[in-house]
Amino acid sequence: MDFQTKSMRLNNTLRNATNYFISGLSILATVAVIIPLVAILFYLVYKGASSLNLAFFTKAPAPVGEPGGGMANSIVGSGIILGLASLMGIPIGIAAGVYLAEFGRGKPFATAVRFTADVLNGVPSIVMGISAYSLIVIRQKHFSAVAGGVALAIMMIPTITRTTEEMLATVPHAIREAALGLGVPKWRTAISVSLRTASPGIITGCMLAFARVAGETAPLLFTAFGNQFWSLKLNEPIAALPLQIYVYAISPYDEWHRLAWAGSLVLIVLIMVSVTLVRIFANRGVLKGGS
Amino acid sequence: MSPILPNAPAVNPPEPALAAMSTEPSPIREFLRKRGSGRVADNSFAAVMLICACSIFAIVFFIFGILVIHSRPSLAAFGWKFFTRSAWDPVSGDFGALPFIFGTLATSLLALCMAVPLALGVAVFLTELCPRPLRAPISFLTELLAAIPSVVYGLWAVFVLVPLMRDPIGPFLLKTLGWTGLFSGANFGVGLLTASIILSIMILPIISSLTRDIMTAVPNSQREAVLALGATRWEMIRIGVLRNSRIGIVGAIMLGLGRALGETMAVTMVIGNHPDIGKSLFAPANTLASVIAGEFSEATTDIYLSALIEIGLALFLVTIVVNAIARLMVWAVTRGAPTQVH
Repeated sequence: MDFQTKSMRLNNTLRNATNYFISGLSILATVAVIIPLVAILFYLVYKGASSLNLAFFTKAPAPVGEPGGGMANSIVGSGIILGLASLMGIPIGIAAGVYLAEFGRGKPFATAVRFTADVLNGVPSIVMGISAYSLIVIRQKHFSAVAGGVALAIMMIPTITRTTEEMLATVPHAIREAALGLGVPKWRTAISVSLRTASPGIITGCMLAFARVAGETAPLLFTAFGNQFWSLKLNEPIAALPLQIYVYAISPYDEWHRLAWAGSLVLIVLIMVSVTLVRIFANRGVLKGGS
Repeated sequence: MSPILPNAPAVNPPEPALAAMSTEPSPIREFLRKRGSGRVADNSFAAVMLICACSIFAIVFFIFGILVIHSRPSLAAFGWKFFTRSAWDPVSGDFGALPFIFGTLATSLLALCMAVPLALGVAVFLTELCPRPLRAPISFLTELLAAIPSVVYGLWAVFVLVPLMRDPIGPFLLKTLGWTGLFSGANFGVGLLTASIILSIMILPIISSLTRDIMTAVPNSQREAVLALGATRWEMIRIGVLRNSRIGIVGAIMLGLGRALGETMAVTMVIGNHPDIGKSLFAPANTLASVIAGEFSEATTDIYLSALIEIGLALFLVTIVVNAIARLMVWAVTRGAPTQVH
């Protein structure tokens, strides 16, 4: 009897010790993860902020060895490529999301689409790059902004589809029923009631997809290709911010490294803003006090 | 049965009015008729939405088709042996993908070994131990880190991690673990190990945030049941939470693996880009994705280009399979959750 209680007590001590040990480990793991990650962010802000100036946003790159210069052509180029990608990707993505949320609820086909979108989301971006290269660049025999736009649009579609669907799913059914009950046709209900109610969430979802592909380098390597000079033509190689960061990062010049840090900071700020907005909308829900 | 029914006859309009209605439609009906039938518009709207939804299937088939078409020269020349040969000689046009398969597997698995325990620790901390006010900021931070572009991680790795590997970390590993033979040869700071470390930093937020979602989906009644039996907190986590969510956690890890397999830019910048199969973790190597990024624009001959495209095709198929299995696992857990909560 005495031995039994003793062994039980020992067992309990052991169990408690394991409990504290594991809790300690998990706290340690969190700290071990947070510290380097915060360090990355701080290093980026520190390096980037000291290199950012007006010339960065207004000037094209200076020739090697000369100080100054900026990444204005890359920023504009990125803007053009992203604009093309958004023109193609956003309407298709939203429409597919509307199908999933409004027409396809519970259908096996919709589940298959949802699943394919999730899987497509995980396909490496470089594969999108080669596909756009094989489709457009080989045929045209030269690199172009359009090819880059197509590669990025393919990457935007699954993300936008899924966020649109999720945001539409938060629209209370009663609102749709109210519209249908007033004799509003279904298409009009989908556009003016569901989409409109969920629009803040959907817009920020599009921004998130936009920000995600804004930082993509791999799909642009052999589609947009990059350009050291000003170019606004859609049918020619065009500069892009992430491509330029890549080129500058592996170059041997300090001046170029400085520009790479500044460019990274600009990208990160764009991404941070959109992630924060998405989080706010996702937490708040689409209707204040609704549902 | 219905409470309205007894009153119904009283509400009915008298006979003359009915007769008038059959000849002269009510204003509401008139209004609806003027607006036209919604059926055509409804059906065509649904059809357009359906076509857009189908475009997602189309994209997958189109990528597959176009990659197969353009890798035909290489498929014809090397066949299945392409994936088991280690020759990579652009000059004589002799290609095999084995070194890159080795590089991809080695970096991804090493990265998983480093990232998974940490990611699980973070997820357990966030769901079970974390004080409430800290929960949102930490999970927000991990979400943010998942969104940082690959090229920025690469930039950081080139200027911070590579020098660190060259000086304190590399020699330290050589001194303490040199006997294993894994850390031999010259240490330039770039190579398999550096690539694995940056990969593990990149996939950590993905695995930990997915695992967190999955653990949150475990109903509280499970936790309470285990606690009520006198379990300590760790036993509650192990029996009540981890056991219930293990399929989802494996899925989350596989999603991380899928990301690691296809990660391109950061790896290209620090792996050293050399098609070698060696034992040393300091040695430069190359992965499936990084060889495409590094050599695609130099590929001048048709067979060279198609060999690279075939590597892309392999990458596409492998990531599709890995992601599909992983998604099914994650779905199995998170979709079942709401019904259990009640």
